[in-house]
Amino acid sequence: MTMELPAPEHVALGEEDVRRIVREEVQRAFSKDPASRRAAIIASKGTLDWAYPPLILATAAAAAGMQTAVFFTFYGLNIIHKDAARKLKVDPVGNPAMPMPVPMPDLVTAMPGMVSLASKMMKSRFAKHNVASIATLLDSARELDVRLIGCQMTIDVFGYSHDDFIDGVEFGGAAAFMSTARRSHVTIFV
Amino acid sequence: MTDAIETDETVDARNLMCPMPVLAATKAMRLLEPGQVLKVLATDKGALSDIPAWADDNGHDLFISGTEEDAMVFYVRKGADL
Repeated sequence: MTMELPAPEHVALGEEDVRRIVREEVQRAFSKDPASRRAAIIASKGTLDWAYPPLILATAAAAAGMQTAVFFTFYGLNIIHKDAARKLKVDPVGNPAMPMPVPMPDLVTAMPGMVSLASKMMKSRFAKHNVASIATLLDSARELDVRLIGCQMTIDVFGYSHDDFIDGVEFGGAAAFMSTARRSHVTIFV
Repeated sequence: MTDAIETDETVDARNLMCPMPVLAATKAMRLLEPGQVLKVLATDKGALSDIPAWADDNGHDLFISGTEEDAMVFYVRKGADL
């Protein structure tokens, strides 16, 4: 004995059903969109504290299975410079958010030696909490096939040469980066 | 509770901070075949949200999470390549 199926006109879709179907279709379309699996990040700052965010986000994106590119421009070039360990420092001047042992006015933080002191403090605090070093993050980035792109224009303006940068760095311009960025849902400026 | 689970690889990311647990897990997962199981140990509180998100993004199956000797433990079965 077979069961009588209701005639099609009796299977009315409620508003909830329509919403669910649309949601599923949109999700399916997004999961097929290659741009959802690409990230394009700009690193424009050259201090130790600002070197972390682009590298943490880039490696996390790569770990999430995204093709990831980081464009290092202006002071951000410091991060991929062979001499980064010496070049990346923290500037305590005009940075009221920086945790200090005692409150310090800018007149004090502007004194000679304070940049070096603040840099040492941040490095030791990060090491104490087992935060990865910039060198480690760069190694991980290259291992995970994150593209590290040095901005050719600022390299020329700052008087650097390609040899000044760590292995695996490629070089390009804004248009080449934008060509990647327009195909990436995730674009981040640091 | 988790003694009986067969694992093919273990990543000890205890004491490592964000994003290192996820990076270590990614490196280990690359060497496994779909269906194999990776165990991840972590103490970074961020891992509580990072490991599930990472597994989901990569199509892996996080089938058990819990704690083990003051560490968080995650069992993740590798999914098919996306």
